[in-house]
Amino acid sequence: MSDVTKKRNRWFALGALAVALVAFGVITAGGIGENLVYYWSPSELQKAGDKAYGATIRLGGMVSTGSIQKVSNTSLEFDVHDAAGKVHVKAQGVPPQMFREGIGVVVEGTMTRAGHFEGKRLMVSHDNKYQAPKDGQHPDVKQLMETTKNME
Amino acid sequence: MTAALGRILILSSLFAASLGAVIAFASAMRRNAQSYSWAKRLAYFYAATIVGANLLMVYALVTNDFSVSYVAQVGSTTVPLWIKVVSLWSSLEGSILFWGGVMGAFVGAALYFTGDRHPDAAPWATGVWLACAAFFSFLIAAPSQPFQTVLQPLTEGPGPNPLLQNHILMAVHPPTLYLGWVGMTIPFGLASAALLTGRFGLDLLRTMRTWLIISWTFLTIAIVLGGWWAYEVLGWGGYWAWDPVENASLLPWLTATAAIHSAIVVERKNSLKSWTATLVLATFVLTILGTFMTRSGVFNSVHSFTQSSIGPTLLVFLAASLLWSVFLIATRIDKIGDERPLGAGASREGMFLVNNLLLVLFTLTVLIGTVFPLIVEATSGKQMSVGRPYFDKMAVPIGIALLLLIGVGPALPWGKATKLQIRKSFATPLITGAVIGVVGFALGLRNPWAVATMFVAGLAAHVTMREMWLPSVQRWRSGNHNVADVVGGQLVRSHRRFGAYLVHAAMIVIIAAVAVSSTMQVSQQIELAKGQSATVGGYQLTFAGHEMINEPHRQAIASRVAISRDGKDLGSLTPRMNYYEMSREPIGSPDVLSGPKQDLYLSVLNADTENQTVALQVYINPMIGWIWICTGLMALGSIIVIIPTRSRRETVTGDEARVLSPSESLKATLALGQEK
Repeated sequence: MSDVTKKRNRWFALGALAVALVAFGVITAGGIGENLVYYWSPSELQKAGDKAYGATIRLGGMVSTGSIQKVSNTSLEFDVHDAAGKVHVKAQGVPPQMFREGIGVVVEGTMTRAGHFEGKRLMVSHDNKYQAPKDGQHPDVKQLMETTKNME
Repeated sequence: MTAALGRILILSSLFAASLGAVIAFASAMRRNAQSYSWAKRLAYFYAATIVGANLLMVYALVTNDFSVSYVAQVGSTTVPLWIKVVSLWSSLEGSILFWGGVMGAFVGAALYFTGDRHPDAAPWATGVWLACAAFFSFLIAAPSQPFQTVLQPLTEGPGPNPLLQNHILMAVHPPTLYLGWVGMTIPFGLASAALLTGRFGLDLLRTMRTWLIISWTFLTIAIVLGGWWAYEVLGWGGYWAWDPVENASLLPWLTATAAIHSAIVVERKNSLKSWTATLVLATFVLTILGTFMTRSGVFNSVHSFTQSSIGPTLLVFLAASLLWSVFLIATRIDKIGDERPLGAGASREGMFLVNNLLLVLFTLTVLIGTVFPLIVEATSGKQMSVGRPYFDKMAVPIGIALLLLIGVGPALPWGKATKLQIRKSFATPLITGAVIGVVGFALGLRNPWAVATMFVAGLAAHVTMREMWLPSVQRWRSGNHNVADVVGGQLVRSHRRFGAYLVHAAMIVIIAAVAVSSTMQVSQQIELAKGQSATVGGYQLTFAGHEMINEPHRQAIASRVAISRDGKDLGSLTPRMNYYEMSREPIGSPDVLSGPKQDLYLSVLNADTENQTVALQVYINPMIGWIWICTGLMALGSIIVIIPTRSRRETVTGDEARVLSPSESLKATLALGQEK
């Protein structure tokens, strides 16, 4: 092989590598951007506005007292609140064993334009470190989220 | 008393490892064999003290010695013996101690079996091993401290984390994972030594590969056991969720797999030496990243990271090992160069190269998706995660491409393949692939990716089987028609080939099982009153009632469900809710009826003992059992690969016609890798 073709080959290889890297970067960035899961409290959700519609959200907060309505065996509605906000949730599926009023929950789902949160999964914290707040206090939402971060 | 003895052992191990590392490096630089023998003695002393400290902790746990701080934290008199022993790695401090113990065992074994085989490389490698060892002893001695004295010990402790008590697999998964992770220190030391001395000969390469395969095997088993544990314990019906903790174990596995393959190119073609060394260094850095991710609490939150006593120290070590690796690669890579250019693309070596590129791409994809939320939280304080669809979307095409390479690579010759050769070697495998694809479609597979996986799996399986038995077929064709002789001869003479293709065959089935189980899962929630039945996917489920179970360390509500199919009684399943004293919430424990075709998987959503009703999550998971079975085959294949070959054993003894003792032949294996 002559030096000229060798050089040309090297440039060609570098060019191909650069194109491949850029393509990989674009695909990865797009993939991450489309599949982000946001960890929000009710007030953060309300502040997010249009961004919340269709996005995957883990909503963490307290189940409001007197808000639980059992629609059928496998669907229920309730409100989730924190210090500054309240969101109405419609959830599918049988609630977990410990689900009740006044406990911290994390609901995964999305916000609908109809004004309620469509919950696909309902999680009650399994973590022992998380202490349920005393009556009248609000939970630390961040801490609550952390307890369910690694749950699938 | 025990606690004080433990502290003395830990401090001695720290002293021996640090001093030994310094002496080893000094002797390597001055080529002083006598001072190296001191480094070796210190290394053995290190191994003895740190392993001793582990045994002491197990003794304290088993005898309920609550004056030791770690026992006070996780011990309990009521739990069964196996849980007491397992408590060693059930919590942070103990797991770091155990980590040190595994490190001691590996350093001792590596020195004993291979230290004397490589006189130039060994001092450098020993220095690197002991430097890593010193770091982990420091972690145990200073920030984590399992051996503090409790001045007024109680007579009872809380017991380990309930989730870990819930299943026997927790006794097996963490130690295998640690064996896999810590084991990567040995090839890391050898690769560093190769770069530092500038000599990366075949003997050193084979030693390094053998240790790499040993650690890789443990890591493979550990990853699958982790999935199996999740499947049997967590109750969401799956085994893999692209959780950061899972990704942490997958990342070094991917680069180690790449290194094992590129080492073959080094052996055959004397090319890709520096690339192989780079992959080994990267594997080690990724194991430290994995330790950091799983042990520092950083994935619970960046905020809990600084509260974790070992997080910042681990981060420093991660940075140091990364800098060390980059420094070695940047300054020493041309010293071991001697690269011969690789030939044509359509050849065995060309496919090895593509395999390596795909595995690195896979590593980057998983790494970026795992670390991205950490960076966002650290910079903006916003909490988020990257959802499973990202990983699935990226991993599926890469996985299918890798599966295709299992079929394409071995079917191509080294050097350059002619068109005729290509046509000849792929004609029948393509037909097998098409048949398997059609069969999959006929059995109900509709997801295009899953059908493609079946096609590629069929092709790869055909090539793998053909290559696996090639020596036997050749011998048969050349006139030897004694089956036992032909097959036995192959297993003795070319067992490395056989083992490697056995690993490939098992991998093909695992990938096919993953594709089928993830696309064909049936999931349904049902609510039953006592005596009531429901039918899910052909199974008739009848709720027979709740049973209360009292065990010393927990209480449980077991919901008995009788199972039948087509009128045939299949016994009953008892998914449970376990109540542990230290845990506010009950922990569900699913029950599985496993079969070759599919698993029936039940977990309790809600057990109402007053009204005698139960809400169940029912999953039907096809083919999942094959994943666990084939992992066993993979481990078997790796063991076959690292058995010493007879001709090698003879070269070890030279002309002396004597039988090697088992330890000598093991030494020979580990030192020389395998003959091909």
